[in-house]
Amino acid sequence: MIHRGCFVVSDNNTQTAGPAVSCRDVGKIWSAGTSRAHEALANIDLDIEPGEFVVLLGPSGCGKSTLLYLIAGLEQQTGGSLTYFGEQVKAPSPDRSLIFQETSLFPWLSVWENVSFGLQIRGESEPDRRAAAKDVLKRVGLTEAGSKRPDELSGGMRQRVAVARALAMRPRVLLMDEPFAALDVQTRQKMQDFLIDVWRDSGASVVFVTHHIDEAVALADRVCVFTSRPGRIKETVKVDLPRPRDPFSPECEALRKRLTQLLKDEVDRAFAEQEGMAEAV
Amino acid sequence: MASVSTDRTPVSGTGTVAGGQDSPPALAGYTLPEPLREFLPKVGWTLVSVGTFAALWEFLWFIGWADPKLLPPPHVFLGAFADQAKFFNTAQRWAIGVSPDAGPTPWQAVLITVVSSAMRVFIGITLAAILALSLGVAIRYWIVVERLTLPTVTLLSPVSPIAWLPVAIFLFGIGNAPAIFMVVIALFFHMTIATINHIDGVNRNLINVARTMGATKAQIYRRVIIPAILPGVFVILRLNLFGAWMVVLIAESTGVGYGLGQVIMLARNTFNPSLVFFCIALIGFLGFATDWAMRMTQKRVLYWVNDPSGVLRGL
Ligand SMILES: Nc1ncnc2c1ncn2[C@@H]1O[C@H](COP(=O)(O)OP(=O)(O)OP(=O)(O)O)[C@@H](O)[C@H]1O
Ligand SMILES: [Mg+2]
Repeated sequence: MIHRGCFVVSDNNTQTAGPAVSCRDVGKIWSAGTSRAHEALANIDLDIEPGEFVVLLGPSGCGKSTLLYLIAGLEQQTGGSLTYFGEQVKAPSPDRSLIFQETSLFPWLSVWENVSFGLQIRGESEPDRRAAAKDVLKRVGLTEAGSKRPDELSGGMRQRVAVARALAMRPRVLLMDEPFAALDVQTRQKMQDFLIDVWRDSGASVVFVTHHIDEAVALADRVCVFTSRPGRIKETVKVDLPRPRDPFSPECEALRKRLTQLLKDEVDRAFAEQEGMAEAV
Repeated sequence: MASVSTDRTPVSGTGTVAGGQDSPPALAGYTLPEPLREFLPKVGWTLVSVGTFAALWEFLWFIGWADPKLLPPPHVFLGAFADQAKFFNTAQRWAIGVSPDAGPTPWQAVLITVVSSAMRVFIGITLAAILALSLGVAIRYWIVVERLTLPTVTLLSPVSPIAWLPVAIFLFGIGNAPAIFMVVIALFFHMTIATINHIDGVNRNLINVARTMGATKAQIYRRVIIPAILPGVFVILRLNLFGAWMVVLIAESTGVGYGLGQVIMLARNTFNPSLVFFCIALIGFLGFATDWAMRMTQKRVLYWVNDPSGVLRGL
């Protein structure tokens, strides 16, 4: 367990009981109170246990990113309550790292400076930051890229740097918004394996957004399938399979089939609704 | 299962990962000045371009179409350098009992004039940039500052710098101060507004990344917003460079005391086309040189901004 030490979450949390994140009837209306009000989420009830790997699966625009923003504390919910280890989420915290859907590296910083950005915010010294950056970069297989600039990297490498940057903060909850969507199948496979390793080592909870059913099947302890407009949790599917999972095992096939059906109904419904709206206009 | 992680790295096993890297990675992104082999062709083409223009002019003079009294060709207005340069000795000319020929040598006179004008431009631009950047950031940082200053800034920004000329003279009399004041006034208001626009345009994700890492408002401004807006602000600065030159020339021509603008005014009043074209050539060269200096600064300071011209040329 060479790398283990550097990803272990500090164990001084005495609040062992209870979920890491708890959503009770959470709703979000964008631009609430204006004519452009848009209900993105409604009646979200979701508990994320410490160390759990939850995948959010749903059609485009159903509010998955929105839910991550709420958990991260970047946006405030307009209904219900959202707690983190029993405390209301009011503001972002380094304990909950969010990896954004779009690449969001600082173009003026080199890779290692990007990775250690949060440590600099915390006021850690440069040697410490260099060492930490080196560690995490090694973890994502980018040892050599430390002094490069983000625009010199490929899309997949950039996304790995973003993962490294989140890991460097040693978060208790890792929120990932379609982090591997832009990667080719092989790289994505590698990244998934790597993520599972890191997740096991760190003991952090992961909330992982995707619209890839295969990805959900490979990763999740639990898959939450969303409805669209407004996003609700339509069904939660527990996945009790040991990892690494053989994607062609009968269990995985069955799971994939079930998720495909759930999602297809939802996408059909969303499209039908949109056509209905178009006709009404 | 957890033990899988001991030596698993997503990178294919080239063996490079295992070997400990002792030297820390160097600070990235320091661009060296353009290598000479890229630089020389540029100079060459500039000379060819200017040379062609000059040759055309000379040709028009040769066949008698361009009247040398009104449109003296380059060899005339550049050839009589010593003759022209004595007009630059303006600082001495006003002194009582000093003959027009006394004072610095022609070369020195031209140099003094050119350097004084260039310094006014440079100091004015630097001051305007610092002030506008500070106010722009302060306006977004503290709502009180916005409420107190933004309406005035918005109101004053469309006022032409020419309208400020009398104010500059009332306030600062003659000398460097009014010319610098004119440059600052000409750039400050719309650079402030541009700064605010750039702040509003900063990628939300970058700000959110900093927020999720627990950055304070001050840290977000210092570490994210300011680096993010610098390229845009620099472009505004470069676009206004020629405006700054113009304003300085106008200020000088109306009574700063000395400088290129005053020499042009003198040339106009004494009907000396040779001197006019000599000044135009000088100003053109200076504008070119300052723009080049700005581009170099931009490359150094904003090392992460890619120059798109190469891509565009490949189209
Ligand atoms: N900042 C915002 N302001 C207003 N509306 C927003 C904002 N962000 C998202 N929305 C709206 O909220 C809804 C949900 O958006 P969200 O980004 O959460 O979807 P998503 O499930 O992540 O979709 P995708 O899979 O395409 O990323 C969309 O209809 C979108 O238009
Ligand atoms: Mg999204």
